[in-house]
Amino acid sequence: MESSGLFSLVPLIVFLPVAGLLINIIFGGWMNEKTIGAVASAASGLAFVVAVLLGVALWTGSGEAVVVPFADWIHIGDLNVAWNFRVDTLSVLMMLVVSGVGTLIHIYAIGYMHEDVRFKNDIGRYRRFFVFLNLFIAMMMILVSGDSYLMLFVGWEGVGLCSFLLIGFWYEMDTLGRPSFANSNAARKAFIVNRIGDFGFLIAGFTMFWWFKDLSFAGVFTQAEHIASIAPGVILFITLFLLVGVAGKSAQLPLYVWLPDAMAGPAPVSALIHAATMVTAGVYLVARSAPLYTLVPQAQTTVALVGGITALFAATIAVGQYDIKKVLAYSTISQLGFMVAAVGMGAFVAGMFHLVTHAFFKALLFLSAGSVILGLERGHHHLAHQDEHGSSSHEDVFDPGDMRNMGGLRKQMPVTFWVYLIGALALAGIFPLAGFWSKDEILADAFHKFPTVYWLLTVAAFLTAFYMGRQVWMVFFGKPRHAAAAHAEESPKVITVPLMILAALAVLGGALNLPGVHSLTLWLEHTIAGVEAGEFNFLVAGLSTVLALTAIALSWVLYGRQPLVEGQKDPLKKLLGPIFTVFERKYWVDEAYWAVFVNRYVDIARFLADVIDGRFWHDFVHEKVIAGTYNWLSRTVLDLRVDQQFIDAIANGLGGLTKRISSGLRRLQNGFVRSYALAVLAGVVVILGYLILK
Amino acid sequence: MNLTLILFIVLAAVAVASAAGLLVSRNTVYAALFLVLNFASVAVFYLLLGAPFIALAQVTIYAGAIMVLFLFVIMLLGSEKLPRGQVLRWQRPMAIVLAAVLLAEAGFLLFQRLHLTVSLANPEASVNTTETLRTLGMTLFNQYLLPFEVTSVLLLVAMVGVIVLTKKEKGEQG
Amino acid sequence: MAHTIPLSYYLAISAVLFAMGALGVLIRRNPLIIFMSIELMLNAANLAFVAFARSFGVLTGQIFVFFVMTVSAAEVAVGLALIIIIFRNKHSIDVDLMNSLKG
Repeated sequence: MESSGLFSLVPLIVFLPVAGLLINIIFGGWMNEKTIGAVASAASGLAFVVAVLLGVALWTGSGEAVVVPFADWIHIGDLNVAWNFRVDTLSVLMMLVVSGVGTLIHIYAIGYMHEDVRFKNDIGRYRRFFVFLNLFIAMMMILVSGDSYLMLFVGWEGVGLCSFLLIGFWYEMDTLGRPSFANSNAARKAFIVNRIGDFGFLIAGFTMFWWFKDLSFAGVFTQAEHIASIAPGVILFITLFLLVGVAGKSAQLPLYVWLPDAMAGPAPVSALIHAATMVTAGVYLVARSAPLYTLVPQAQTTVALVGGITALFAATIAVGQYDIKKVLAYSTISQLGFMVAAVGMGAFVAGMFHLVTHAFFKALLFLSAGSVILGLERGHHHLAHQDEHGSSSHEDVFDPGDMRNMGGLRKQMPVTFWVYLIGALALAGIFPLAGFWSKDEILADAFHKFPTVYWLLTVAAFLTAFYMGRQVWMVFFGKPRHAAAAHAEESPKVITVPLMILAALAVLGGALNLPGVHSLTLWLEHTIAGVEAGEFNFLVAGLSTVLALTAIALSWVLYGRQPLVEGQKDPLKKLLGPIFTVFERKYWVDEAYWAVFVNRYVDIARFLADVIDGRFWHDFVHEKVIAGTYNWLSRTVLDLRVDQQFIDAIANGLGGLTKRISSGLRRLQNGFVRSYALAVLAGVVVILGYLILK
Repeated sequence: MNLTLILFIVLAAVAVASAAGLLVSRNTVYAALFLVLNFASVAVFYLLLGAPFIALAQVTIYAGAIMVLFLFVIMLLGSEKLPRGQVLRWQRPMAIVLAAVLLAEAGFLLFQRLHLTVSLANPEASVNTTETLRTLGMTLFNQYLLPFEVTSVLLLVAMVGVIVLTKKEKGEQG
Repeated sequence: MAHTIPLSYYLAISAVLFAMGALGVLIRRNPLIIFMSIELMLNAANLAFVAFARSFGVLTGQIFVFFVMTVSAAEVAVGLALIIIIFRNKHSIDVDLMNSLKG
């Protein structure tokens, strides 16, 4: 009974962050920075505590799913959707990741948002940041704790909104702080591309309702086999359209283009939303819909291939990027491809395992990259203050994220260096860090189930190690290539401590599902039917380790042995020539999209606006027809003909008549006495005549 | 045909002729004299009608006082010959027409409508005595006392008015 | 042979004299002549009064004539004074020149 008591705490998962954001909205005006940040972090932290309690409750209990009803929501005809919370091992796992990593990032953000030179002591904006962060946590919790596809979609849309709000946080600038539309454009791009994915999700949802008459997980999954037997195409249709949604939210081909642009947001945002949590929602969706996917192997193949190709594609682009966050962004896309491929193949545990470990080390990497950027900004600030007799500022804008400006930072920022190194090695999949275990589990499963995807992922893993090595050499080794890097300083504790915690998690995270122990597998077994414990495959593990080490060595040869000096071109450019340009220019995908889709859409919109709406509807119908007719009626007919020519004629005519009569009569008064006398006599004569005639 | 009638006709002719003379004469003095003649003939008419006092009063007041006053003023102003009138060209014809119509109407009334059968006899000798005069005086001062007094006030007012009107202002050239 | 003259004769004379007086007022431009014409008209009226007095045998008509005479005397005095004043201002006695009340 105590367990059920704990389960009833689950609404707090959502409402603690909501309370946090409400407190910040209402009372934030009277609070200082630290208090605002503390409130937000506490809200997230308490949510984490609740998640832990729920986990404990599941652990100590049977581990079966518990549905906690909360409120009635929609009740129209056949559609009956209530707001229920679902506490099962899969959702609790997500809750723990979101709130745990989220709380660390909140704490980091307290320091980061203060340090960032774009902040400029704008406490209103600082407050807004934490309100949005809490809103995001709340929405993500709704997503993972929902009991139906519709509740999941509510959270899905909500996190999309928060992503938009936070990417375009500095909406009036670009990433270098110049007044521009660049950041707000990036936010809109994310929103719109996500919308395409949401469209797929909605189509799937509608179909689901049409056939299943139910949107809750329990209802759908119990009917799934039956529907599959009578109409197998339906399940395929639903799963493929869910894949469209996954491609949007989790940045797979072809809808990944928003994620690199999303780096316009502050580093904590990139870490939380675009690495650890929101983008993993797609993976969660597939894992949750396992009963549907397992019924249609073609869908599974499609999902796995999409994931695999994306993983390789993004990894190649990451090799050619110069911005520190862009490298990590493409790396995220690539790693998401790993996860999507995993859950696509049916290796749900491997996929979720990688989701968790990736959350640790990718958040770590992004936050550390933020720390590096802060360091460079600090250094630049020092420079600007020192050389006030303006001899050094020979550039107008300084990009603190450009790796070509960095170098030798391990001396300046040692803590950041070490945690970054740990993160990079974890991502590369080096034993015994977390990434090794999770990535290899995926590779092992792929080896058995889907060899094509296995090779795709292996090459991607090779490239992953390579570009991370490239990044580490370029950023931390060699000599500083810019004066700002030379003056960079380490970040304060409020930033470095969360980094260290995440580094520890990156090191130890593998313990979640060590082969032989299989803790996560057992955990997830309760929710996802048919998971198998993966066997540790020495061949696969060995090959991947060798490849990773080879890649790191290769990167050392190119970037580490002779560290780049200022102004030197990337050595890989010399080596690969035009191929490198293709990577650097991201295969010109954005340009292609613009040319094929966006500009056509703009053309249509412009046509509709200018021709249909402007020239036809407005100029013709409104102006000529309606306004013109009205004007004609009022001006020509009523004003001219009726009023001026007719009515005025009458009025003026009467006046004129009066004038003429009076001017005629006036002549009687000629001032001559004699004529007056004549008139008198005339009157007398007339009266006499009248009297006579009477 | 009797004497009275002949006398009447002669007097009527004189009266009308003198009136015509007044109308047409260009010389103002001649016009005044014609009027005096007219007054005299009317005075004789009064006598014919048995109103001796009135006849005398007519001669005294009208011919004696009023016309003398007229002549004074004529002398004062000088009877200049006025040039032919430029304005009111229709005045003369219209006036003649209207006067003629008036006469016609009067004639019509007198001889067609009002059937006056009264004839006025010569006045008796007793008329020209002080008896009628006394009666006149008694009537005047008894029944018509108020108009009498008012008339005296009127005369006073007229006198004062004339004096005030014709007084020369200081510095005015008369 | 009655020595009588019908009343209507006297009245006819009176009417003729009155009409001629009216004509004089209308035609002549010399204010003095106009005044005299007015006197003529008054006289004609007096004649009619006395004729009626005689025909009715009462003295009322004669009393009335008495008053008419008095009033006409006063009126002539004042009128002549006015003519003199006008002459002083305008240096002419043409009635047609006095049209400043023209509308």
